[in-house]
Amino acid sequence: MKHLSIFLGKSVQKLTGLKKTGGSALPGLVVEKTDPKFIGKILSKLPYGVVVVSGTNGKTTTTKVISELFEKNGLKVFTNKTGSNFVRGVISAILKNIKLTGKFDYDIAVLELDEAHAVKFSEVAPIDYALLLNVQRDQLDRFGEIDHTADLLQKIASKTKKTTILNREDPRVSKIKAKNTKFFGLSKEMLDKFPSDDDLIEKSEIKVSDQPAAVILKNLKGNTATYQIGEESESVELELKGIYNAYNVAGALALVAEVLKDKNPKELVGELKDIKSAFGRGEVLKVGDTEVEILLVKNPSAFQLSLASFADKDHDYMIAINDNIADGRDVSWLWNVDFSGLKNVKVVSGIRATDMALRLKYDNVEFGEVEEDLEKAIRKLVKSGPNKKRIFTTYTAMLEIRKIISGRSLL
Amino acid sequence: MTINILHLYPKEMNLYGDHGNILALTRRLEWRGYKTNVIHYEPGMEIPKDVDIIFGGGGQDSGQGKIEKDLKKIAKVLKEKIEAGVPTLLICGLYQLMGKYFETAEGQRIEGTGVLNLYTKAGPTRLIGNIVIDSEEFGEVVGYENHSGLTYLGEGLKPFGEVKIGDGNNDKDSGEGVRYKNCIGTYLHGPILPKNPKVTDFLIKTALKNKGESIDLKPLDDMIENKAHKVAASRPR
Repeated sequence: MKHLSIFLGKSVQKLTGLKKTGGSALPGLVVEKTDPKFIGKILSKLPYGVVVVSGTNGKTTTTKVISELFEKNGLKVFTNKTGSNFVRGVISAILKNIKLTGKFDYDIAVLELDEAHAVKFSEVAPIDYALLLNVQRDQLDRFGEIDHTADLLQKIASKTKKTTILNREDPRVSKIKAKNTKFFGLSKEMLDKFPSDDDLIEKSEIKVSDQPAAVILKNLKGNTATYQIGEESESVELELKGIYNAYNVAGALALVAEVLKDKNPKELVGELKDIKSAFGRGEVLKVGDTEVEILLVKNPSAFQLSLASFADKDHDYMIAINDNIADGRDVSWLWNVDFSGLKNVKVVSGIRATDMALRLKYDNVEFGEVEEDLEKAIRKLVKSGPNKKRIFTTYTAMLEIRKIISGRSLL
Repeated sequence: MTINILHLYPKEMNLYGDHGNILALTRRLEWRGYKTNVIHYEPGMEIPKDVDIIFGGGGQDSGQGKIEKDLKKIAKVLKEKIEAGVPTLLICGLYQLMGKYFETAEGQRIEGTGVLNLYTKAGPTRLIGNIVIDSEEFGEVVGYENHSGLTYLGEGLKPFGEVKIGDGNNDKDSGEGVRYKNCIGTYLHGPILPKNPKVTDFLIKTALKNKGESIDLKPLDDMIENKAHKVAASRPR
């Protein structure tokens, strides 16, 4: 049956010609329907097991960090790329990488799954380790409400066979119960710099949790992050930018250290050095001679943290807001972000450009032009002066912006 | 002149950017030269005497649970203020809780304040998406709804508007929200006020009138507001 499923799935991939595009779920759909146990059978044979990364913000980059750390330590890692973070997509990715003989030549799977899909995944496949990052307002029109999202993460944790790594500083995550839990956390100094979803409007009293954490982000100066693992502290100059990436890396470290128990944690920190963020997340693209940094913002917390890390006087800014299904139709969340103090906004763009303009207006933030068309907007941004450029963008606008910048000559 | 705005439960009931409604009110007052004072009402506090505008937003289930008891304590004062004509905007969760009761899927009744003669029943699905309604007083109003409760108005109560695109109060009639004295109750997030400046200005004008200042409001440049309104009305559900 297994070989038949592989053959069937691979045939569909060939027939539909979708092999090249990678992210397609159709072959996965066919196998999912004809052989529902396929995914479990294949993944349960991996010698180091299956790692699932879930939560609202930072999954893609964190998954990338974990995968690369394992690779640096000699493991063959099976991972899913953006756009296939649901069961069918994972099956499609397996089909692409499995031999017709059934040989699936990997040591470990590191999978990014959003909350709802991770629960579905846990029903058909084993989860050995889970890293649960955070619960924030993201695409509320898909999940309903924030408490529901926390329940989904609890379900994932309940199905996790070995260790669940939890964010100590997110109250909805740290209370999750699992067979074996470990935490990643922030020092008091760093905690003050993090707004949580609950205190975006009024900062409620911040408490440092008493739970001991396996890994703590002690401080971040420029791009130099210091992590404490057990008794040891080690600093590293990260390529990854932003406070939230540096924090999610603490979760990644906790997870990798848990799987590779004999590894010296100090060395692990050193190996973070050249790891870059996932595409569209702090990626720097060039338009002619101008550097444009792309910063993905999907929800109020991510946007607020991004502003805290990346809003300065030395850059010119564009903000691109779309409301396609993958962004979430509801743009209300922009009103839970505090933009006051933001300077040099040269252009606002995307389908909901005017919503963004309106939001800035009510924070008394000056902005240049309102240009819904992304290509025209990028052109205006690039021509706006000698400063380096940054674009805050929602997901589908980010995909379009990358295409515009990398695919065509703009100027 | 200072306008006092009472924001009910800003911590517990702050879902979907409803806080933006407070910004819309304060900015449009400030841009016209008035001072504003926003009172963040938390459970256990007393409602001050001098309140010119009342606002309450929506919240997730855990937020609603936290305020239920406290709301009963302040129900009498809120009723007096709304009956006296204090301009009031209630969104989603607090719109429901200002009614007589909320009946859960299991048939259990959660008592509301009874300030408004309406009740809500848990519905079978979530009603989610962009919504456009037509109001006699304000014309077209746009927003985003996300609720599972179905609300039914008691006798003598008028809806805030008629649904053009979307679901509104319930599955029986085409009404959305409620209009009573100077109170508006509605399911519209968005937040509602920034993209519907006529509604904002109604609340402001009424507050000023109650303070004895019966004037025409100084017009503001609403080009961006109107454009954002138009874009919202044109988007798919």
